[in-house]
Amino acid sequence: MNEGIASVATSPVLPVVRTRPANAWTSRAWNALLWGAIVLFLVNVGLMIAAVGVNSFATRWFGGWLPQGWTPSWYADAWKEFQLASILWVTVEVVLSVVLLSLLIGVPAAYTLARREFPGKRALLLLFLLPLMVPPITYGIPLATVLYQTHLGGTLTGVILANLIPAAPFVILVMTPFIEQIDPNLESAARVFGANTLRTFVHVLVPLLGPGILAAALLVLVRTIALFELTFLTAGPDSQTLVVALYYAVFAAGVRAPQSVDAMAMIYMAVTLVWLLIALRFVNPTQLVSRVREHPQH
Amino acid sequence: MAPSGASAAAKPQAWGEHLSATAVRRAGFDPALLLVVPAALFMLLLFVYPFVYGLVLSFEPKEGGALANYHHFFTSNRLWPTIGTTLKLAMPATLINVFVALPIAYRMRQPSPWRRTMTALLVVPITLGTVLIAEGMLTYFGPKGWLSQFLQAAHLYDGAIRLTHNYWGVLISLVVSGFPFAFLLILSYITGIDPVLARAASTLGADSRAQFRYIYLPLLAPGLAMCFCLAFVQAFSVFPSAVLLGAPAGPTRVISIAAYEAAFEQYDYSLASAIAMLMGFVQLLIVAFVLSLRGWFYKGPVGGGKG
Amino acid sequence: MKHDFNELRLEGVTRRFAGVGGNAFNALSELNLTVRRGEFIALLGPSGCGKSTALNCIAGLLALSGGTIRLDDMRIDTLPPERRGFGMVFQNYALFPHMSVAKNVGFGLKMRGVPASQIAPRVTQALKLVQLAGQEHKLPGQLSGGQQQRVAIARAIVIEPPLILMDEPLSNLDAKLRLETRSEIRRIHRELGRATIYVTHDQDEALSLADRIVVMKDGVVQQVGTPEEVYAEPANLHVARFMGYRNVIELPVEGERDGRVTLASGDIRLSGVRKLPLSGTHAMVAIRPEEISLAAPGAHANVIAGRVDNVEYGGRDSLLEIVTPNGTRLHVRAPGRFDAGASVFVHVPPERALVYPQEVH
Repeated sequence: MNEGIASVATSPVLPVVRTRPANAWTSRAWNALLWGAIVLFLVNVGLMIAAVGVNSFATRWFGGWLPQGWTPSWYADAWKEFQLASILWVTVEVVLSVVLLSLLIGVPAAYTLARREFPGKRALLLLFLLPLMVPPITYGIPLATVLYQTHLGGTLTGVILANLIPAAPFVILVMTPFIEQIDPNLESAARVFGANTLRTFVHVLVPLLGPGILAAALLVLVRTIALFELTFLTAGPDSQTLVVALYYAVFAAGVRAPQSVDAMAMIYMAVTLVWLLIALRFVNPTQLVSRVREHPQH
Repeated sequence: MAPSGASAAAKPQAWGEHLSATAVRRAGFDPALLLVVPAALFMLLLFVYPFVYGLVLSFEPKEGGALANYHHFFTSNRLWPTIGTTLKLAMPATLINVFVALPIAYRMRQPSPWRRTMTALLVVPITLGTVLIAEGMLTYFGPKGWLSQFLQAAHLYDGAIRLTHNYWGVLISLVVSGFPFAFLLILSYITGIDPVLARAASTLGADSRAQFRYIYLPLLAPGLAMCFCLAFVQAFSVFPSAVLLGAPAGPTRVISIAAYEAAFEQYDYSLASAIAMLMGFVQLLIVAFVLSLRGWFYKGPVGGGKG
Repeated sequence: MKHDFNELRLEGVTRRFAGVGGNAFNALSELNLTVRRGEFIALLGPSGCGKSTALNCIAGLLALSGGTIRLDDMRIDTLPPERRGFGMVFQNYALFPHMSVAKNVGFGLKMRGVPASQIAPRVTQALKLVQLAGQEHKLPGQLSGGQQQRVAIARAIVIEPPLILMDEPLSNLDAKLRLETRSEIRRIHRELGRATIYVTHDQDEALSLADRIVVMKDGVVQQVGTPEEVYAEPANLHVARFMGYRNVIELPVEGERDGRVTLASGDIRLSGVRKLPLSGTHAMVAIRPEEISLAAPGAHANVIAGRVDNVEYGGRDSLLEIVTPNGTRLHVRAPGRFDAGASVFVHVPPERALVYPQEVH
């Protein structure tokens, strides 16, 4: 040690950092435990899905590892029995309308929220955050009551309106941070070089917002296909989406062959997974859940 | 979508004047504010109005005084116990989901191909939704399902396993759909913490455990509270799996079933609204409690730099 | 872990990274360096030269792909960072945002199991050393950039590490603060006498702070030497360019004797000092702008005629860009004011015209 220079340097010698001899062993055991939990979870969920798939192709399956025989006929049955053609069409109508309308409402609002400070902004943010913090059943029941009073309950319009309630705020919460991270100087630059509002919008904002809008659209799409409660509470017989039809099929399982219900479940799953796979090419999986940005980075 | 008309209102700007789009252009009305109007109106009309309507309706019962619905709820042994039933499902499910997801997400804080695969796989149960999970569990956990056969073949457990049509079925389904949600949310919080902080801690003598305790956990606490709330709210409003996988007449008669029955089987919208309001109230109580714990923790940015 | 040491020895330290398309590349190749007790070493180079990789390898934040690191007789390259006990100052400070200044500075002591009663006075001492006394209870977010940097320094020195590592600690500060903090670092090093390894891309920082400078490029050490050596005698053209030899001119070799080389081409005739064995018909001559002076008109040895093409006024002097009739450009720093278009003669001192072999393209 260099003596007598600064006071800090002359204070007593430090003990060596404590070491834990069992460290390697416990950390290995801990690792194994964590990986075990993950594998157990994934394997069981995978087998659960596989069981539905296998059953949907089974002629009969009474115990045993695999069914007694195989047949694709349950899909045709399910298609006819559950009137899947019309249900799929309703699902497409609902989902596409919800995606388009939520973008139409949400993106402009997100733009203003990202770029402007104004009185009441916090209250407005809270208004957009609340539907995501309150579960659908809680506000779905009063909403359904109102919709039935205004004769929108049980109609396609009512289902679309109900599904927009979580979708539009979701678009806003996905797009606001996305717009915030686009340098406002790019818009200013376009204006300085003589672009008017429309041209700024077309040539600068749209290309920059494109990826964000695509991501928001895909996220809303995947979430709306799977959103059960609101559609369930507001749909009539002609405005059921696939997931609600599946619920009724499972609910009334005694009435129909389980294979037929499973065939329908497979169709539902295929529809969802196709879009999920497309979405995963463009968005980070955490975006599907982390809609609340607690920690803006700057 | 660009601030329409803003350029018309703005005078030609001098060189050197601040040109940021956030700058206030001129005293007076900013047309860009019109862009939030449709969204705000929509939410007022379809979210706030029904809520208020439901609240008012809940005080206008079919018969009796203003509080008759609430009185009925707290005295009926078909309704009052549903709060306890729901909490008994939602609390353990939320605790399991958050506190199992936390160490796993911490383990995967560094980017790796494993993490990509894991996150992509875990998204699947979330997007499939509770109805499909219920159907899968009915097939897989059923008395003749693969799980039961496997346990018997491996001589791990010979009795009949009962994991459907009871409390456990609903709890498992809440974990299957809730754990991935909690994991992805916590992962996104953890990856938001600048890893250079942990590196700084390690050069100062903190091993992996100390880094977690002194750096990650305090910085994560607000996120964990938020995650707990969101996961709890999801579990508290459990509906399809309680019907399909549970015993909706008894042990898993949760509060949302009670509300649904009042509205769509008895057509008593007033009572149904009262139950929905109580449901929201209990949720808010728990959420407010957890978020108030957050006040004890640091709440600022989680970067390492000057931010 | 030791409290102080005589020698930190890096032998063949190499770090490979998987590059794009699976091509692994060496971010750091075969670094050999011995750091002596109390020495201030600067690792200098442009971004991507491997200097931060080297620092992270020493800190233990990156595993080595090859080579060894020894502290006297103890091999430390297999130890995790928390058991090496070096103090490190990060580029973005890396202060714990949820801890007060005192907690940040005391963190390392706490990890070492020092009782709280001893932590407080030592934290106070360390904060006094960096002139931040009285700021103990603030959060990092409430401090300015310069103050944050000084907290980061206090945090690194309070544990009395045998070695202090600094990763571009001044790069986030504005110009004025950078100069002040630089003096501060110099003063603290003088007071504590701890060996320090300092990574920077700024040659002024390296020259003013270091006892020895390690110049790096593409993961390979180009030169190790005192600031005077690196400044005046760059080992090769890369180092010369990096150390501010702005004029690098390729010229045909006319003759060579006793290390003196004469180069000539049309209107330029220069003699200079050979720094490396030459090969081929041409060679490169490197000259600093400030070592070229204005000369009286006339054809003398090492005098070049030209026309002022561009002037950057700099207060005490001006930076001129001079074009010779053949089109060769020269950067010259000269006192006074000049007008573009003026004809000038400049003189290059032969002992300051460094001649290097032609670059292989």
